[in-house]
Amino acid sequence: MKKIEAIIKPFKLDDVKEVLTSIGVIGMTVSEVRGFGRQKGHTELYRGGEYTVDFLPKIKIEVVVPDHLVDKVAEVVAAAAKTGNIGDGKIFVYPVETAVRIRTGERDESAL
Amino acid sequence: MKRFSLALAMVLVLGATVLVAYAQQPAAPAAPAAAVAPAPASKIDKGDTAWMLTSCALVLMMTAPGLALFYGGMVRQKNALATLMQSFIIMAVISIQWVLWGYSLAFGPDKGGIIGGLEWIGLRGVGVEPFDAYSKTIPHQVFMAFQMMFAIITPALITGAFAERKKFSAFLLFTVLWATLVYDPLAHWVWGDGGWLKKLGALDFAGGTVVHISSGVSALVCAVMIGKRKGFGHQPMQPHNLPMTVMGSALLWFGWFGFNAGSALEANGLAASAFVATNTGAAAAALGWMFTEWMSRGKPTVLGAASGAVAGLVAITPASGYVGPISSLIIGAVAGALCYTACNLKSKLGYDDSLDVVGVHAVGGTWGAFATGLFASKAVNDAGADGLFFGNPGQLWTQIVAILATYALAGVLTAVILKVVDALVGLRVTEEDEVAGLDLSQHSETAYAAGGGYGEFTAGGGSGAFAEARARTAH
Repeated sequence: MKKIEAIIKPFKLDDVKEVLTSIGVIGMTVSEVRGFGRQKGHTELYRGGEYTVDFLPKIKIEVVVPDHLVDKVAEVVAAAAKTGNIGDGKIFVYPVETAVRIRTGERDESAL
Repeated sequence: MKRFSLALAMVLVLGATVLVAYAQQPAAPAAPAAAVAPAPASKIDKGDTAWMLTSCALVLMMTAPGLALFYGGMVRQKNALATLMQSFIIMAVISIQWVLWGYSLAFGPDKGGIIGGLEWIGLRGVGVEPFDAYSKTIPHQVFMAFQMMFAIITPALITGAFAERKKFSAFLLFTVLWATLVYDPLAHWVWGDGGWLKKLGALDFAGGTVVHISSGVSALVCAVMIGKRKGFGHQPMQPHNLPMTVMGSALLWFGWFGFNAGSALEANGLAASAFVATNTGAAAAALGWMFTEWMSRGKPTVLGAASGAVAGLVAITPASGYVGPISSLIIGAVAGALCYTACNLKSKLGYDDSLDVVGVHAVGGTWGAFATGLFASKAVNDAGADGLFFGNPGQLWTQIVAILATYALAGVLTAVILKVVDALVGLRVTEEDEVAGLDLSQHSETAYAAGGGYGEFTAGGGSGAFAEARARTAH
């Protein structure tokens, strides 16, 4: 099992959700996060004063999938979230040791 | 974008220069016939003038803060400032448009019943003596200023239909074109000296057709042509600050006394009667909406009561100077129930009129103009006419002609204007800018820098995408 964590532009959430659903990923966790990479922040203007806001709004999507799906998931997420502009985000893949479905006590892949 | 603002600024400066030269010529051929009687004593009435100047200010207040707060509270947090800005900047844009050419097109010397001439551009010849065809006891400039406030609020009403997704540049361009091509001719038809609907005998005391039907119908065309907001229908889009909306509604109610009672153009019995009709209509509609919603949905909502009051004010507007208190009670109560029903139809019809301009202004305005043909009475205003219930069924037909003419003019020209604006600058912001919010993407500002010491961290405002994400993870 692997966890795939994708940081994407907020307006791409719909597209990414759709492709994930279409390849059989049945659950996901989404959070609103803030951060920056090479894109840096944006500028806000107040009566001639310029304020640089470093942290930009992004969406973090987390999904845990069986090993054989990892490459496929990473590929479709990258394709769906891509605009080609700076600030498109990143995808990280982590190993997952155990999963438990709380309601039934099922473990690992059957708990996904 | 920079090119657009530069071009706009240049056009304005150039236009103003030409006009200064023209407007400052002393001769005023269209001014009242001072030549006939040698130096007549001024007919200006101080009481009337004081009341009308007050009414001007009251009506301006309806646009901002009234409408600005009413609409500003109903959008999501990320669009709060941009929505306030649309109402606020219209006060500036139309004030200039009206002085330069708007007043002349709407009220200037008649050209075939269709439009006013250009004789009064730059307010040339619009002086401080009364212009008898419009008002006999107040300075012509006061009448002009009063009408200006109506020209300001009308395009501001439309902004509710395309809220949260229109480009600021497109909005500005649309506003100037719409005011010039839709509002000014329509105001001439109904209120201008020689306008064809005025000659036909259509009754519109304070703007049911000119202000509310025109903005409501144009709002429908806007909502359909600009398309739905991203996520409309499956993502929660609840108002971000209802107390703001309630305050806005209360300020509209307050300002509407200037709008309707001021339309008497004198401080007299007719103004008093219009004042009472206005208040009664608003009250009956707030209750009408509230009880209808209570019965059908189980709860009397605050947004419902606030919207109901506005619906009642809209409906009583054309009738306010022609109907008595009990007629206005009926007009208001029906407006509350009717507009509530119309707003609920929106989701079934599938267009995204974001802040219900169609349900309140098109429907309420149409009902009001129609009801004027039913309830108008010469006992209230002998300069008016009797309606169907007072033995004059013909008046109802005249009202229907006025309603249909307004639908046609506003509907067709709004569609044309939107096509032109779309071709010039594009109507909508990009999907990415829409999700980020118009405050940040159009103005580089945020309404609420919340979060204490982490103000810079939270500066993006609440994201609709997150709300959608929460809704999804709940499954």
